[in-house]
Amino acid sequence: MTGHAETEEHFAGSNKLFISVWVWLLLLTGFEVFLGYIQLPITYMLVILMGASIIKAALIVAYFMHLRFERLNLVLTIVPALVICICLMLLVFFPDSFRSRELRSPAPVKTPVEAH
Amino acid sequence: MATEAQAISSDWGGGTLPYRVGHRKLGMWLFIMSDSLTFSALLIAYAYARASNVWPTPFKFYPSIVFSSIMTLVLLSSSLTMVMAVSASARAQKSTARKWILATALLGVTFIVLHMIEWRHLISEGLTPFKLPAEWAEKWPGSTPLFGATFFGITGMHMFHVATGCIYLLVVSGRVNKLKHEDVEISGLYWHFVDLVWMFVFPMIYLLSIDMTK
Repeated sequence: MTGHAETEEHFAGSNKLFISVWVWLLLLTGFEVFLGYIQLPITYMLVILMGASIIKAALIVAYFMHLRFERLNLVLTIVPALVICICLMLLVFFPDSFRSRELRSPAPVKTPVEAH
Repeated sequence: MATEAQAISSDWGGGTLPYRVGHRKLGMWLFIMSDSLTFSALLIAYAYARASNVWPTPFKFYPSIVFSSIMTLVLLSSSLTMVMAVSASARAQKSTARKWILATALLGVTFIVLHMIEWRHLISEGLTPFKLPAEWAEKWPGSTPLFGATFFGITGMHMFHVATGCIYLLVVSGRVNKLKHEDVEISGLYWHFVDLVWMFVFPMIYLLSIDMTK
């Protein structure tokens, strides 16, 4: 966000900051794996995992990829377009996946192998 | 009005960097944008296929999930070594930067080796892009063979990115003395992106496919 183009140093952020981001990423991953270990129902898993993944992605982009320290116009060029594009894809496919759930092949109990 | 025109001409009139980044770095960001849409499309297609089919959930917590968690740890750590490389390069410590870049590439190779071991294990069980192992088909009757196609497609695409990233990093480490700091930073952007993609692949492919049957 800061435009410090005149200075020699182009890379803001200390090693301590990067290590703490790494620790946060590890903790979030550990949390995700723990949810798998306790076998949370899949719908809860999906929502929590996607939330955690978006936080992890934001941490990586902001600190490791340094976007937080770039000029605001670069951030605005990159982030909103991506978010809108992905949301548009989901706008069609996410609701339709509920419809297609109903179109699944018939219950497997009826297969000849099972009947036999 | 005049000040606005002035501002535009000063920033966009040529000879300046409106985004305060070089053209190569901007190019990498644009590439990352397009590549993230590629992966988004793949993952959304996977989610859609999964919702509309009986889907096998074959991964046991031990060993499969523990193994893929170690792979995640390796990739996350490689991002830390990469950020250390960029940080050293910013302080003009070229040889330190080279060591960190090589460490990153080594972790990348470790990730590929671990992934290959896992692939080999699944293939030996009978999983192919077009067919499920007989045991799985029996355990999850009516389940779709699309599991193999999406699994190998998405993880293969990701592994291809890791492999090209390793080559890229080795080239950068070899030429680090000649390259500008920003060039090292650009290689870092690519590497972190590969890590970022795994942050979605790991939960969607592995953690949501944990075998809950006893």
